[in-house]
Amino acid sequence: MAAKPKLHYPNGRGRMESIRWLLAAAGVEFDECFLETKDHLMKLKKDGFLLFQQVPMVEIDGMKMVQTRAILNYIAAKYNLYGKDLKERALIDMYVEGLFDLNELIMHHCFQPADKKEQHLATIEDKATNRYFPVFEKVLKDHGQDFLVGNQFSRADVQLLETILMAEECKPDILAQFPLLQSFKARISNIPTIKKFLQPGSQRKPPLKEEDLPKIMKIFH
Amino acid sequence: MAGKPKLYYFNGRGKMESIRWLLAAAGVEFEEEFLETREQYEKLLQDGSLLFQQVPMVEIDGMKMVQTRAILNYIAAKYNLYGKDLKERALIDMYVGGTDDLMGFILMFPFLSAEDKEKQHAFIVQKATSRYFPAYEKVLKDHGHDFLVGNNFSWADVHLLEAILMVEEKKSDVLSGFPQLQAFKARISSIPTIKKFLEPGSQRKPVPDDKYVETVRRVLCMYYDVKAN
Repeated sequence: MAAKPKLHYPNGRGRMESIRWLLAAAGVEFDECFLETKDHLMKLKKDGFLLFQQVPMVEIDGMKMVQTRAILNYIAAKYNLYGKDLKERALIDMYVEGLFDLNELIMHHCFQPADKKEQHLATIEDKATNRYFPVFEKVLKDHGQDFLVGNQFSRADVQLLETILMAEECKPDILAQFPLLQSFKARISNIPTIKKFLQPGSQRKPPLKEEDLPKIMKIFH
Repeated sequence: MAGKPKLYYFNGRGKMESIRWLLAAAGVEFEEEFLETREQYEKLLQDGSLLFQQVPMVEIDGMKMVQTRAILNYIAAKYNLYGKDLKERALIDMYVGGTDDLMGFILMFPFLSAEDKEKQHAFIVQKATSRYFPAYEKVLKDHGHDFLVGNNFSWADVHLLEAILMVEEKKSDVLSGFPQLQAFKARISSIPTIKKFLEPGSQRKPVPDDKYVETVRRVLCMYYDVKAN
């Protein structure tokens, strides 16, 4: 039961990356079993390990958990990264869900056909700089604290950092108008567990390369 | 502070419907303000009431909550419909994740072209009968309890009933291979708060029609095409 959590997913970011981030932030070591082929996925399904025949799947505390949000909620609560009461949890959930929407958008970029890529990138930039980042800049400005919620490190901070870094991969100067997010980024990156995760050799995954896309698609289709 | 929750959304199901179901299941009375015009929406934006410029928005306990999942999590926890410990919550979250995905396929349905509607209809039925319903049928069969999690009524039961009824609207005999789910449906529908919500005159919204689609498009200036799955 004290075994390390085990992540089942292809060797890439996708929907598992936020889970890797959260476990790493919590200082929890984890193992990974990479799906390389369709047969591997079929075997997991046949063995009845995937409740809805989908990954991510994380073996943790005797459960075979599926559904990204369910897994993240469990980890956050277990490792005290989910606020101290219902109201803090409400704020954290609002922030995290907003960031998921932006993450989804960024995640879908690699699946866009060549002629739609430029427009999609413009949409990502627009949403990041006009809808999402201004909200978090204001939250930090209004309370002047180091962390988004309750003056304490939480999953919301982890998720915001992850999203900022992914957005910067799309446009390196995307934080130009957001001084507080810039200092937030520096501050959270310096937290020892996060700093370790950001170093080469960690289990953090790189962005998906164009040439790797067909291999991933074959696993699922 | 003890005021009733107030829901801001279109006069239709959309993403707010699961919230209506959960409040109703918990026996919580709520008010609704329906968005009919672009001006109403812009006023909410200007007032800073919509954190990410989107609805659903629910005024509850002094907060202007947005993000459907955040709102549902809060209501479930507040009214003890979220299990008794972390592990039960994990199960509830997994089950709700599945029904959320299933209902998501139906959510976009009214906005599809006629040709895409036909494809999507088949897709919804296929996913319901081969992926989602079998999972819940097995859960109920394996433990033999009345409710999905912890032998106690929870959010997962409400969400599954909502999903079942929505899929049945697409194919009325869709539960024919699922005896446990048929019994579950009858059982949960008889719970007094749910029974009341299922009666005419409740705040439950009907199947979306063209008028609903037109209202959403007008208020959100959402004139692009929605693609099928």
